[in-house]
Amino acid sequence: MTAAPPLDTEDLASRLRRHVVRMCASGKSSHVGSGLSMADIVAVLYGEVLRIDPENPLWPDRDRFILSKGHAGACIYAALAERGFMPLAMLETHYQNGSVLSGHVNHRGVPGVEMSTGSLGHGLGVGVGMAMQLRRLGGEQRVYVVLSDGECDEGSNWEAALFAAHHRLSSVCAIIDYNKLQALASIEDTIGLEPFADKWRAFGWAVVEPDGHDHAALRAAFAQAAAADRPTCVIAHTVKGRGVSFMENRVLWHYRAPAGEELAAALAELDLVDA
Amino acid sequence: MRDSFIRALTELAAEDPRVMLVGGDLGFAVLNDYIARFPQAYVNAGIAEQNMTAVACGMALAGARAYTYSIANFPTLRCLEQLRNDVCYHKADVTVVAVGGGFSYGQLGMSHFATEDLAILRALPDMTVVAPSDPWQAHELTRQIHARGGPGYLRLDKSQAGLPPGEVTLGKVRTVRDGGDAVIFAVGGVLGEALAAADLLADDGVAVRVVDVHTLKPFDVEGVLASVRACPCVLTLEEHSIIGGLGGAVAEALLEGGVAPRGFARIGLQDLYPSEVGDQAHLRAHYGIDRHAVVARLRTMLGLKTARAIVLEANLVGA
Repeated sequence: MTAAPPLDTEDLASRLRRHVVRMCASGKSSHVGSGLSMADIVAVLYGEVLRIDPENPLWPDRDRFILSKGHAGACIYAALAERGFMPLAMLETHYQNGSVLSGHVNHRGVPGVEMSTGSLGHGLGVGVGMAMQLRRLGGEQRVYVVLSDGECDEGSNWEAALFAAHHRLSSVCAIIDYNKLQALASIEDTIGLEPFADKWRAFGWAVVEPDGHDHAALRAAFAQAAAADRPTCVIAHTVKGRGVSFMENRVLWHYRAPAGEELAAALAELDLVDA
Repeated sequence: MRDSFIRALTELAAEDPRVMLVGGDLGFAVLNDYIARFPQAYVNAGIAEQNMTAVACGMALAGARAYTYSIANFPTLRCLEQLRNDVCYHKADVTVVAVGGGFSYGQLGMSHFATEDLAILRALPDMTVVAPSDPWQAHELTRQIHARGGPGYLRLDKSQAGLPPGEVTLGKVRTVRDGGDAVIFAVGGVLGEALAAADLLADDGVAVRVVDVHTLKPFDVEGVLASVRACPCVLTLEEHSIIGGLGGAVAEALLEGGVAPRGFARIGLQDLYPSEVGDQAHLRAHYGIDRHAVVARLRTMLGLKTARAIVLEANLVGA
């Protein structure tokens, strides 16, 4: 069994953005901005980096991916559907009565989802535990955990950070979708994280700070992480709502679902990106 | 009980290379032998129970059979959401081991009293909840929990009932004393107080059945109903809040099973936070969870008069 062949990540990112906007519109769900923010990170991971096999979601040698910022689940469901873990039509059930595609990412009944999250501050510790056991078994698998910036308010992340560094779990790669906005206001106006990279370095992690929308920079960051002798934190500088001009950098789109003309305008912009 | 658990885990680690103990920086001296023999099957997660639980969960999801270990409420309530969302929802093979059920750490104060754990852990879907009454049982039930697989919760008590080793089956109550006048259901080491109360009542000619409910989940509904059909005067005894633990489980089983007891009482910690300290026996007596509380309650329920009441009555008749 081998990993699935790579996809064009730019094309995948565009598709993910359109799925996210459509899914949030049809479900009248929150967090469209969060999904758009990390679409490039997810596209590079699912398109190229992750060793996964859609034909065998539980392939023991697979890399592990955990979305710790579970509220952006739509983007992961979209990535899994685009990679062939589930039919694209299943995305239409997001948020619907009787669906397993909950707003916060759910593993039950959804092949390819490693871990259900939704309460913040859970993914990194579990990812670190996976890395510990996989190393114990002599495996080469890597563990990727995507966190939000606001999520770093949760102390459990820092417990996990201490542990991973102490045990030199170099297969762990935390990616922070650093769009600088949290639920009600900016990070800096809420609970400031700066000097953010210094905090992770002080905890014993390698740090890379790519532009989170530049695929080449993301690729380089993941390559650097793979070569590190310690866990790596990829602080990906992103723009919340990226790809839809009127959503970018606006807290409103953490919660608001696009409807009517907004939806049409958003999709028009995203089609333009695709062209 | 703690040593019996560790002995059982040491055996299991020798038999099963997937065993992994994720400790919470507790177990000074008692874990030495285990760690020396199986250094690769142990990690100290430090004083960070959320991460201890998350790491154990992640290891289990990658193939380990994980045990977390700490005292009182630290491996349960401190990281309850990790247990709920991570361990239980993912059906991860993690068994939580808490040393110090009830008032085991009686001098250490309320932070170290595990008095709501059974109710809370029992409410988590897929969680097995076990509280042995004797060290031999802790050993045997550890092995049975391992055979069953997590998620599980093992509550270890400092006290012990003092019964000789015998048969015990996870999920099945044990009748440890026969009797037809009343039945006491007890969980954990406080079973010893139930047995002592039964001895005291035997002096009055009252035959009390005593049932050891070492497993609160899965709950042996049939076993409980059968005991109550034989002895419709029912008392539950637990070193735990009277809310949601053994008393609640028995009451639920009886009502839903259509078995109406003639009398029913829960003995346990009232709905309060203990602020007084002392050893386990002292706190049991102080908070009304000991043999004397059981005797007094059963006497009332059975309509028995106390010796003092008999004397008073005799005096009145004489006057």
